[in-house]
Amino acid sequence: MATTTTTVPSAGPVAGSRSFLSRLRDGDEIARLITFLFAASVVLVTLLLVFELWQGSVLARHKFGFDFFLTKVWDPVFDQFGALPFIYGTMVTSVVALLIAIPLGIGAAIFLAELAPQKISDTLQFFIDLLAAVPSVIYGLLGVFIVIPLMREYIQPALKTTFGFLPFFQGPVYGMGFLTAGIVLAIMIIPYIISVSREILLSVPRDQREAALALGATRWESTWKVVVPFARTGILGSVFLALARAVGETMAVTMVIGNAPTISASLFSPGDSIASVIANQFTEATGDLYLQSLIELGLVLFLLTFILNGLARLLILVTTQRGSGTGLA
Amino acid sequence: MKRIARLLLAVFALAGAAWAQNSLLINGAGATFPYPMYSKWFDEYHKKDSNLQINYQSIGSGGGIKQVTEGTVDFGATDGPMNDDQLKAFQDKHGFGILHFPTVLGADVPTYNIPGVSAELNFTQEAIAGIFLGKITKWNDPAIAGPNKGVNLPANDIVVVHRSDGSGTTYIWTDYLSKISDEWKNKVGKGTSVNWPVGLGGKGNEGVAGLVKQTPNSFGYVELIYAIQNNMPYGRVKNSSGAFIKADLVGVTAAAAGAAKNMPDDFRVSITDAPGKTAYPISSFTWLLIPTRFSDAAKRDAIKGFLKWMLADGQNYTENLSYAKLPKEVVAKELKAIDKVQ
Repeated sequence: MATTTTTVPSAGPVAGSRSFLSRLRDGDEIARLITFLFAASVVLVTLLLVFELWQGSVLARHKFGFDFFLTKVWDPVFDQFGALPFIYGTMVTSVVALLIAIPLGIGAAIFLAELAPQKISDTLQFFIDLLAAVPSVIYGLLGVFIVIPLMREYIQPALKTTFGFLPFFQGPVYGMGFLTAGIVLAIMIIPYIISVSREILLSVPRDQREAALALGATRWESTWKVVVPFARTGILGSVFLALARAVGETMAVTMVIGNAPTISASLFSPGDSIASVIANQFTEATGDLYLQSLIELGLVLFLLTFILNGLARLLILVTTQRGSGTGLA
Repeated sequence: MKRIARLLLAVFALAGAAWAQNSLLINGAGATFPYPMYSKWFDEYHKKDSNLQINYQSIGSGGGIKQVTEGTVDFGATDGPMNDDQLKAFQDKHGFGILHFPTVLGADVPTYNIPGVSAELNFTQEAIAGIFLGKITKWNDPAIAGPNKGVNLPANDIVVVHRSDGSGTTYIWTDYLSKISDEWKNKVGKGTSVNWPVGLGGKGNEGVAGLVKQTPNSFGYVELIYAIQNNMPYGRVKNSSGAFIKADLVGVTAAAAGAAKNMPDDFRVSITDAPGKTAYPISSFTWLLIPTRFSDAAKRDAIKGFLKWMLADGQNYTENLSYAKLPKEVVAKELKAIDKVQ
């Protein structure tokens, strides 16, 4: 702050002496205005989105109030709408996806950035970028034709016999459900985590590694104790980017989750998610309350991503204050 | 430069005038189920009357009702008839009413996948309602095994599969269940989406078919056309006369004929569980929604012309696309109703 105030007096007269018109002629003002409009449009679109969702769900909000979040019934015939099973499904599938994707993704990123030879790292990175660009419906097909049969025939029965005492792995085996959706989501978001985390790890200054090695650390020690903590903020950012995609994913989830709004501790149980129910029911929704309840679900999803983003910011803030990794991200 | 501009302007003006003179564009939107039929009809009719272009968007029945009520399209289309509230909303907004015109017929068939069973199964009303209510849970339940003597049904749990997306197919299925089971009617009801007591959801006919094919011991429903075009096996259903009917286009038309006698003047009628020895019980009309008054006389005449053609020559195109055609009783009644459009 101090430096800017001292430079102002010297720069000020020069900038101030030029008339607005001359600056306009030079294009500076126009460029400023245009780029400002571009930046403002982002804010505008966000506000418009919230406004539309808020406006479009007025009936449902007034009728159900806060109970909308606590009601388990979703009954278009008798006009009873509650978001709880969908919120639950969105959260559970996202958490399962993260539990699988974080260790795999960060592990792979560490290998690619720190341990693998350049050639292998670049080749693998090419495939990872390719995976990140695959449309989600393709992942859905992968889920339907490969993951679901595998889950039904092998993985779920095996989990049931070994970990069947846990409430997560009980109940009938259908092949689809929370666990399958979580796994398909994990496959989808791993490329994001790897890609971003690898870039972050590569951008850690060389001095950091050399200093650790000079102090007698092994290669792994320098990676795990110096480089990874340094890059912590950026890695967390990649995780939240992945989470945002998992929360909002529609097509792939709808194809493998079973589309039955249930709340069950068992990960084998079929469920439903917010994005999936909107996509499924919006086109044929007749009746104002039904339609508005679906729009309110959209609002809930927006709120959920908003909260998650806020949490991410908070987490990054807390860890950077406590930790070493400044100047990144 | 100026001359070229003037020339271009003249050309555009001429083209615009010619286009405006000769071509009439009518917009419609609604149900997805009859979309292949409608696009064929509108295409054929355009060949007959090249001045008329009918543009149809298959956005779903709900969207069709909404858009025609708001007046953004000239006509709508739906798989489930508009209810009284919706009719009133239309009347209140426009000051005149809207008519339902049945166009073709559709049907739902029960499909299943039981390892080791290749026979065509017979399903009673009790069996279908019991399975979908979650009361019949095993394949060897007496309600299923009773009419299927000689078939070795396993003691496995039934996996129920339904549609996850809102659809006319679900409307027909739940309308049927509401008629044959009071418990279903009071607990679940009928609609394009309902609160299913049991089961997994698949998106679209292909989603349900895929799930049934993949999941052992499953039971679900798909649109008849989808089953025919994909050579899917499906079961026979007991009709109100006590006969087990395997769905085909003739049986569906028979259901409509059976219901024709008691057909109300506004055609808002469900023909599930219809009377008639050969009637297939899980059938339904699909409707065009035509406002009774058009401010544009050219549009009105064009739509009336199309409706008359659709009820006569148009019906000949139905069976190639696996839709069941309207029985002649219904056609006669509809021809009279066309005069109500003014």
